[in-house]
Amino acid sequence: MRLLKLVPDNTNIGFVKLRWIAFSFTLVLTIASLALIGMRGLNLGVDFVGGLMIETEFQKPVSLDELRGKVNQLGVGESSLQQFGQANVVSIRLPLPESTDEGATNAVVKKVQTALSAEYPGVQFRRTDTVSGKVSGELIRTGVIAVVLSIVGIALFSWFRFEWQFGVSTAVAIVHDVIVTMGFFALTQIEFDLSIVAAVLTIVGYSINDKIVIDDRIRENLRKYRQMDMRTLVDLSVNETLPRTVMTSLTLLIALGALLIFGGDVIRGFTAAMMLGILVGTYSSIYVSSSLLISLGVTAQSFAPKAAGNAERVTKRDNEGAVP
Amino acid sequence: MLDFPRWKVWTIVTTVVVGILLSIPSLIPEATLARAGLAGLPRINLGLDLAGGSHILLEADTADVAKQRLQLMEENVRTEMRRGDTRIEIGDISTAGGKLSFFVRDTTKLDTAVERIRTLTQPAGMTGQRDWDVAVVDSTRIVLTPTKSGLDTAVNDAMDVATDVVRRRIDEMGTREPTIIRQGSERIVVQVPGLQNPEALKSLLGKTAKLEFKLVDLTVSPADIAANRAPPGSQILPYPDNPGGVPAIAVYRRVMVSGDELIDAKQSFDQQGRPVTSIAFNNSGGRKFGRVTTENVGKPFAMILDGKVISAPNINEPILGGQAQISGNFTVQTANELAIALKSGKLPVALKVVEERTVGPDLGADSIRSGTIAAIIATVAVVVFMLVTYGRFGVYANIALVINILMVLGVMALAGATLTLPGIAGFVLTIGAAVDANVLINERIREEQRRGRNVIQSIELGYKEASRAIFDANITNTIAAVIMFMLGTGPVKGFAVVLIIGIATSVFTAVTLTRLMVSRWLRTKRPQTITI
Repeated sequence: MRLLKLVPDNTNIGFVKLRWIAFSFTLVLTIASLALIGMRGLNLGVDFVGGLMIETEFQKPVSLDELRGKVNQLGVGESSLQQFGQANVVSIRLPLPESTDEGATNAVVKKVQTALSAEYPGVQFRRTDTVSGKVSGELIRTGVIAVVLSIVGIALFSWFRFEWQFGVSTAVAIVHDVIVTMGFFALTQIEFDLSIVAAVLTIVGYSINDKIVIDDRIRENLRKYRQMDMRTLVDLSVNETLPRTVMTSLTLLIALGALLIFGGDVIRGFTAAMMLGILVGTYSSIYVSSSLLISLGVTAQSFAPKAAGNAERVTKRDNEGAVP
Repeated sequence: MLDFPRWKVWTIVTTVVVGILLSIPSLIPEATLARAGLAGLPRINLGLDLAGGSHILLEADTADVAKQRLQLMEENVRTEMRRGDTRIEIGDISTAGGKLSFFVRDTTKLDTAVERIRTLTQPAGMTGQRDWDVAVVDSTRIVLTPTKSGLDTAVNDAMDVATDVVRRRIDEMGTREPTIIRQGSERIVVQVPGLQNPEALKSLLGKTAKLEFKLVDLTVSPADIAANRAPPGSQILPYPDNPGGVPAIAVYRRVMVSGDELIDAKQSFDQQGRPVTSIAFNNSGGRKFGRVTTENVGKPFAMILDGKVISAPNINEPILGGQAQISGNFTVQTANELAIALKSGKLPVALKVVEERTVGPDLGADSIRSGTIAAIIATVAVVVFMLVTYGRFGVYANIALVINILMVLGVMALAGATLTLPGIAGFVLTIGAAVDANVLINERIREEQRRGRNVIQSIELGYKEASRAIFDANITNTIAAVIMFMLGTGPVKGFAVVLIIGIATSVFTAVTLTRLMVSRWLRTKRPQTITI
C-alpha cells in the first residue's frame, strides 16, 4: 500500500531566506490587528460589559429592523440585535437598568419576553444571561490575567527547558498569535465572550506545542552539527519537522472543521477562533519564533556545557545517516 | 525500549479496561440505566448549558452587615450603660463615619464605662484582634471603631447562615438537585438544573424575610408622615399598599413580636377566600402575641417585612392560640413565597443577584446532539487520515485514539467532572490533538528509516527522540489548561477539565499503549521492512 506523504522526503524550503519578507508581513499583520482592535474595537459580550442578553428563537425568520423597533419601544434602553446562525434565531442585548435593585433586571427580562410573546406567537427564549457591571469587570480582569499568566508561564518553561532566547522568541510569537486572533475578532465583529478567552488560551497552548517541537529539533541539531551555520541549521530543523507540523495542523483543522460545520451555532465563534489560532500559530512557529532565534543569537555554544556527553553519542550514531 | 515485562503489560491492559468500563455508564441513556437498576454508577454530569437550567450568582451586601453591627452595638452600649447599680449618663450616640461615638457626662466614670464596653467586644480573627477598637478621645468621648477582622468575621458568619437559608428556601421550592456553593468571601453560587423560569427563585432569594409586628402610632399627623417626621420612639415606614392613600405609616419603634419566634408558615385563605400566609409562633412568641393583641383590641397592628409594612389590620379580638394570618395584597404564589421565606428563616444579610444565566432545555439538547455528531465526524475523519498516512502505524494510533476518547469519558465520570458546551469543543479538540504524539513518533520513524536504520532501530529511536518533544509540548498545554481551570468559571472550567484529562490520557494511549502494540507486532512477526 502506498501511503500518503503530504511533505515529500528531503524537502528543503529556504524559510530563513524569506525571513525579512516574513518579518515585514508579520509586522504589518500585527499593526493591522492592533489598529483594528483600536478603531473598531471588539464586540464584547455581556460577559465583559455587563447587561442582559436574551436569545430568542422565532417560528419564522424576522426582520431585524422591525424587531429592533419593537424592542426599543419598550423603553428598556438601546437594544443591539444579532442573528445567530439561522435567520430565526436572534440574540437581543440590552444594557442593565440603571437601578441597582434586583427586581429591575427581572422586570426588563419579563417585559421583553411578554412583548415578544404577544407580537410573535410561538417565540421561544433559549437562553438568558444577565451580568452586572461588577462581575463583568472581574471577568475581564481574570481573563486578561489568565492570558498573561499562561504566556509568562510558558515562556519561563521554555527558558528553563531550553535557553533564554527560546523563551523570548516563543513569548513574542505567542503575543503575536493572540493579537492577530483578537484582530480577527475586531474585523469580523464576532461576539467576544468568556469562551473566546478559553479559545485564546487554548491557542496559546497549541501554538507553543509547534514551537516546542521545532525548538527541540533545533537544540538536537545544534548538538549534532556544532559547526553548521545557524541559518542552515534552522532551515534544516524546520524542514525536518515540517511533515509533523503539517500533519498535526491538519488533524486539528479536520477535527475543528467538523465542529465548525456540525457543532451548532453556540460554539461557532469559539471554533473559528481556535482554527484561526492554529493557522496563525503554525505560521508564527516557522516565521516568527524560529527566525527570531537567529536574530537573538542562539549558537551551538548555548548548549555547550550540557551538550558535551550527548553530542558525542549522537555524532557517532549519525555517521551513516544521510543528511539532507 | 520495546521490551515490556509481564507486569507492565498487565498494568497497561488493566488501565485500559478499567477506563473503558468507566465510560460505559455515560454512554447509556440515564433512563435505561435506571431501569436496569444501575442508576448509582458514576456518570458524567452535564453542565447547565447542556442540561438546561439556571445559574445564579448572589452577592452579599457587606455594607448591610456593617450597618447592622453598628445598630446592634448602639443598642448594646445603651443597655450596658443603664445596667447595674451604677448608671452611667451618656450623651447622644453618633454613628457618623461608620463609628460609634458618645460623651460620658461624668468624666470620673470614664474608665468604668470603657471597661464595661470592652466586655461587649469579642476576639476576631487569628491575630488576637478584637472586633471593635475602643478608644477615648479628648478624655470625655468614647469612640468605637469596627475592625476589619471583626467585619470579616461578621460577614463570614452571616454568609454561613445565608448559605443555609438559601439552601432551605430552594429545597422548599421542590426543585431537583440544586447546587449551592459559597464562593469567595461574599458570594453564593446557585445552580438549578431544569429550572426554566428563575423569576420565582430570584424573588424568593431577594427577600431577607425579616418579619416584625409593631403597633401603629396614630398620634402622628398625615402631614408629618408625608414629611417623614416622627416623634421619638416612633418611625415612619413605607407602606406601598396603604388603603389610606399615602404610601407610608407611622409605627412605634418597639418590636412587639418578631419572625424569629416563628415555627411554621404556610399559604392559606382567609374567610373572604383571599390568599394569606398563615403563621404559627413558638410558645413564647405565642404568649407575646396573645398579650399584645389582648391589650390592644381595636387598634391597628402593623406587619412589617424587610422594612416595609405589608398591612396594618385592626385587632378585632385577642389572638391567643399562637396562630396568626398575614394578610396583604397577595396572590396564591406570592403568599406561598412569603411562607417559604418565613419558614426558612431570615437572611442575615441582603443578597443581590449579580449574574444570571438561564438555558432552555431545547438549546442544551441541540448542543449535545450537534456536539456528538461533530465528535463522531471528527473521529472518523482523523481515523481515515491517519490510516492513509501511516498504514499499520496509523491503525495503532487509531486504536489508541478510540481508547483515549473512552478513557477521557471514563475519567470524567469517575472524577465527577461536569461536561459543558465548551467542554464538548475541548473533547473534539482532544481528538485532533491526541494523535499529535503519534504523528511525532511516526514522522520520526520515517526519518530514521530514510537515514538507513533498520526496523528495530528506527522504531526505538522514533519513540525515544519524539517523547522528549511530546513531554515538553504536553507540559505547556497543561500550563495553559491549569491556568484556565484556576481562573475560569463555569463552562470555561469545564473546558479546562476536559483538556487536562485529555492531555493525561492521550500521553498514556498515544505513547505507552501504541508502543506496546508495536512491540507485540515486532516480536511475533519479526518484519524486515516496514511501510510507514
